[in-house]
Amino acid sequence: MENAFTIAAYVVAAVLFILSLGGLSGQESAKRAVWYGIAGMAIAVLATMIGPGQGLWVASIVLVATGAGVGYQLATRVEMTQMPELVAIMHSLVGLAAVFVGFNADLMINYVAGIYEAEGLVMGAVGDDGITAIGLPKEFYAGLSAFGQLIAKKSSVEIGILRVELVLGIWIGAVTFTGSVIAYAKLAGSSSMLPFAVDTGAKKLPGGHFLNAGAAALSALLLFVYLGGGGSWALVVLTLAGLFIGYHLIMGIGGADMPVVVSMLNSYSGWAAAAIGFSLGNDLLIVVGALVGSSGAILSYIMCKAMNRSFVSVILGGFGGPAGEQMAVEGEQVAIDADGVAQALDEADEIIIIPGYGMAVAQAQQSVSELTKRLRAKGKNVRFAIHPVAGRLPGHMNVLLAEAKVPYDIVLEMDEINEDFPDTDVAIVIGSNDIVNPAAQDDPNSPIAGMPVLECWKAKQVFVSKRGQGTGYSGIENPLFFKENTRMFYGDAKKSLDDLLTRID
Amino acid sequence: MKIGTPKEVMAGEARVAMTPESALQLQKLGYDCLIEAGAGEAAGFSDAAYKEAGVTVVKTPAALWKEADIIAKVRPPSDAEVKRLTEGKLLISFFYPAQNEKLMEAASKKGASVIAMDMVPRISRAQKMDALSSMANIAGYRAVIEAGNNFGRFFTGQITAAGKVPPAKVLVVGAGVAGLAAIGTSTSLGAITYAFDVRPEVAEQVESMGAEFVFLDFEEEQQDGAATGGYASVSSPEFAAAQLAKFRELAPEMDIVITTALIPNREAPELWTKDMVESMKPGSVIIDLAAEKGGNCKLTVMDEKIVTDNGVTIIGYTDFPSRMATQSSTLYATNIRHLMTDLTPEKDGQTNHDMEDDVIRGATIAHEKEITFPPPPPKVQAIAAQKKEAPKELTPEEKREQEVAAFKAQTKSQVTLLAVGAALVLGVGLIPGMPASFMQHFIVFVLSVFIGFQVIWNVAHSLHTPLMAVTNAISSIIILGALIQIGSTSMLITLLAALGIFMASVNIFGGFLVTRRMLAMFQKS
Repeated sequence: MENAFTIAAYVVAAVLFILSLGGLSGQESAKRAVWYGIAGMAIAVLATMIGPGQGLWVASIVLVATGAGVGYQLATRVEMTQMPELVAIMHSLVGLAAVFVGFNADLMINYVAGIYEAEGLVMGAVGDDGITAIGLPKEFYAGLSAFGQLIAKKSSVEIGILRVELVLGIWIGAVTFTGSVIAYAKLAGSSSMLPFAVDTGAKKLPGGHFLNAGAAALSALLLFVYLGGGGSWALVVLTLAGLFIGYHLIMGIGGADMPVVVSMLNSYSGWAAAAIGFSLGNDLLIVVGALVGSSGAILSYIMCKAMNRSFVSVILGGFGGPAGEQMAVEGEQVAIDADGVAQALDEADEIIIIPGYGMAVAQAQQSVSELTKRLRAKGKNVRFAIHPVAGRLPGHMNVLLAEAKVPYDIVLEMDEINEDFPDTDVAIVIGSNDIVNPAAQDDPNSPIAGMPVLECWKAKQVFVSKRGQGTGYSGIENPLFFKENTRMFYGDAKKSLDDLLTRID
Repeated sequence: MKIGTPKEVMAGEARVAMTPESALQLQKLGYDCLIEAGAGEAAGFSDAAYKEAGVTVVKTPAALWKEADIIAKVRPPSDAEVKRLTEGKLLISFFYPAQNEKLMEAASKKGASVIAMDMVPRISRAQKMDALSSMANIAGYRAVIEAGNNFGRFFTGQITAAGKVPPAKVLVVGAGVAGLAAIGTSTSLGAITYAFDVRPEVAEQVESMGAEFVFLDFEEEQQDGAATGGYASVSSPEFAAAQLAKFRELAPEMDIVITTALIPNREAPELWTKDMVESMKPGSVIIDLAAEKGGNCKLTVMDEKIVTDNGVTIIGYTDFPSRMATQSSTLYATNIRHLMTDLTPEKDGQTNHDMEDDVIRGATIAHEKEITFPPPPPKVQAIAAQKKEAPKELTPEEKREQEVAAFKAQTKSQVTLLAVGAALVLGVGLIPGMPASFMQHFIVFVLSVFIGFQVIWNVAHSLHTPLMAVTNAISSIIILGALIQIGSTSMLITLLAALGIFMASVNIFGGFLVTRRMLAMFQKS
C-alpha cells in the first residue's frame, strides 16, 4: 500500500468509475461510460498486481483469465429476457467473494498473532507514544505478504476496528449471497438448482420478522464474542446467521417487489466491498464500494417511490396486508380473436402498447417490434408506455424493446404518456397486469392501492394479450379485464402476435 | 284518458301530430286515441290506416276538442282553438310562448295545461322528445334539396366527354342541428362544403360531417355554448365585423349559401348583407332558414322565392318540414309519444304532470291556471361545460413567493441533512482512541457516498437496468482484496483468495459485456 504509484493509479481508477456512473444520464453518453468503467477496472487490477498483490502473479492471471472466459460465456449466451436473473446471480458472486476475503483477513490476523506469540511478543502492543504499534522484528516483517505487513503494523485498537470492519464485510456479504440466490430463483421462477423449493409468493417461516430480528441479535452478540477473543468459530456462526437472514428476508418478499430487491442487493454488495476496503486499508475499495452502495440505495428508493411503497417495508419484506375486504370484481372477461384485433388496429390512428413481464417471458419483443413497424408504415401513431416497474428490473422493458430495435424516442415513461390515453383508439396490453390495474386507484383495500398505474382503460378500446385467466404476479384480480371496453386476446404473447402479424400487411 | 289530434288549421301545414304507428304505442300506454277525419291526409296517412291502428276517427274538430282530454297538434293553437280548451285539458304543441304571450294567457285562463314542444330543455334525457331538433334536421336536409332544385348545375364535380363540370361550393352558416344536417346532405351530394359558426367548439362536429370549418382570424375569449344550453348567443360588434369581412371574402366564390343562424328569442342576426348578395355569381342560390325570424339576409322575403337583379335566387320558405310531411309527421309523432311516456310513468292511461321533473317543468308553460313561463334553469347542464384552463396564471409576485418558499424549504432540509451528517461524522471522530488511520479512510468513504448520491439522481430512467449491470460489474472491485491476499504463505488463505479472484473476474467481464450489449441496442428512429 505504500507504493505511491499504486495510489496514483487508484485515484485515476476512482475518477473513471465516477464518470462511468455519471455518464449513464443519456443513451449516447452511456456507451462511452461503459468504457470508462472498463478502463477503471483494468487500471485498478493492474496497479494492484504490480503493487501490493504481486504474490502469485501467474496464478492471479490464470484465475482472472478463467473468470473472464466464464463471464464472457454467461454474458453472450444469456437471453435479454433473462437479464434480471443474471444480474441477481452475479451479485451473489460478489457477496461470496466478500465473505472469502473477510475470512482471509481473519486468518491472516490469527497467523500474524501466531508469529507474535512465537516470538514472545504481544500483537498490537504500542510503543512509548501510546499510539504507534511496535510491530515485528524486521526479518519476520519482510517475510509477510503485503496484507500481513499491514496487520503487523497495527496497534490493538486498530486491530479491534479491523475486526469490526471485517465482520461487517463478511456479514453483509453473506446476506447478499443467499439473498441474491433466492432473488435469482424467484426471478427465474425455478428452483431446480437449489436444495429447497422457491416460488414467487412471499413466504416466511413461523416467527416471521422475529426470526430475522433474532438472527440479527445473535450476529451482534457473536460480534462481541469474536472481538472479545472468542476465536474464529464465532465468525463462522455469525456468517451462518448472515446467510440465514439473506435467505429468509428475500423469501419473505413477494415476486412483484423483486426489482427493488435486486437493486437493494446491489447496494448491499457495495457496502460489503466498502467494509472489506476498510479492513484492508484500501481506499479504492472504499470509494467504489460506497459509490455502488449509495447508487443501489437511491435506485431502490426511486423505485419504491414509483410504486408508492414504503422503502422500509419493502426491505423488511412487508407487503402491507390489505386492511379490509377487497372489492369484488363484477362482469366477465370477453375474448377476441386475431381477426378482431387486426380490424380494430386497422381502424385506429392512435395506438399505445403497454409491455410487461409477459412479453419478456414469451420472447415476444421481436414480434412487437415488427407489429410496430407495420403499423407505423401505415401512418399510425404507435407509442409504448413503460411503467417504472414493468418487468422484473427497472428499465427492463426499455432494454428488451431496444434489443428488438424499437426506436427509443417512441418509448415513453408513465408520466409522459398517462394523460394521452383518453385520446387513444387502441391500447394493447402485452403481458402486464399489476401495472394496469385500476384497483390501485379505485379500491382502497387493494394491496396495490395508491400505486401509480397506466390508465389504459381510458382508451377507447383495450386489448389484453394474456396466457390465461389467472391473476398477476402479486396475485390480485384485475378489474381491467372485466371492463366493457376490454377484450382479452388469450394465448402466448408471441404466438398471438405472430398470428396477428399474418393479418396485418 | 283520450288523446286527440285535430287537423291543422293553418293553411299549407301538412304535418300531423299523430301517426298510426305512434297511436299504437300510445294505446300501449293505456290511452284511447282520436283523430279528426282527414287530419293525416296531407302527410300520407289515410283515415283507414288510423282506423286499422285502433284510432277512433272523429268527424268534426268541435267534437274532437270536446271529447279528448289531451290534444296533440303541431302548430300553435289559433284563437278559435284556444277557446275550445276547458279546465283540465292538456294541450301539446309548438307554442313559441315568448312571441305568443296573449295566446298563452288565454290558454291559462281557461285552466288548461299547455306543454310547448319548443320548450323541451336540451338535456340528454330529453333528446328523444326534442321536436325542434327533429324538425331542424329535416329543414337542413330539405334546404339543400330545395337549393339543388333551384341551382342550375351539378353538386359534384365531373369530367365528362361533354366537358368538365366544376363542383358546387356550399357555405353553411350556423352549425346547429339544421346546419349540420345541411352539411351532411351537401357533402354527400358531392359539393365542396364550408361551414361557419360563432361557437368554435362545433368545428370538430363540422369536420366530422365532412365540411371545412371557416375559422376567423379573431382573438377573443369565445363564448362557451354550454352556458346557453348549446345555443348561440349574441356576439360582440368586433366579432360580428370580423365575421362579415370573412363572408364578404367568401361570397363571390360560393354557389349556394344556407343560413341557419338563430339566437333564441331574438330577431335573426344579419349575416348575409346586400353587397354580398350583389357580389355573388348569377345562378347562385341562398336558402335562408331564419326567414321566419326576419332572415339572416335582409333581402329574404318570408315564405317566398325571389330572384335578385343579378340573378341570385333567395328562398325564404319557412315550411321546409311541412314540405316533407310524411317524414316530419313520423318524427314529430314519435317525439310526442316519448313525451307521453314520460308523463305516464304508470302506463295506466293517466297523466302525472310532475312539475318536479326537469323536462316536464321546462316544457310546461301553463298549468293549473298559472303561467309557468319562463321555466327555472334546468338542474342538469345541457352539455358539459368546456374545461377552463385549470391552473390560473400566477402573478409574478405569487411566483416569486412560491420560489422563495420552495427555496427556503430546500435550504432547511439540506441544512438539516448536513447537520445530522456532520454530527455523525464528528461523533465517529470523537470516539476515544479512534485512530487517525481509520479516520482517513472514513472521510474517503463519506465523500464517496456523497458523490454516489449526487451522480445517480441524474441517471435516465430507461438506463436503470444498464446502471445496475454497471454497478454490479464495478462492485467486483472486491477482486483487489483477493489479489492482495493471494500472495499469502497460508494455503487456506491462498485458496480462498483464488476463489474470490475467480468469482470476481466472472462478474467483471460478465457485467461489463452485458452492459455493452444492452447499450448497443439503444437507437433512435
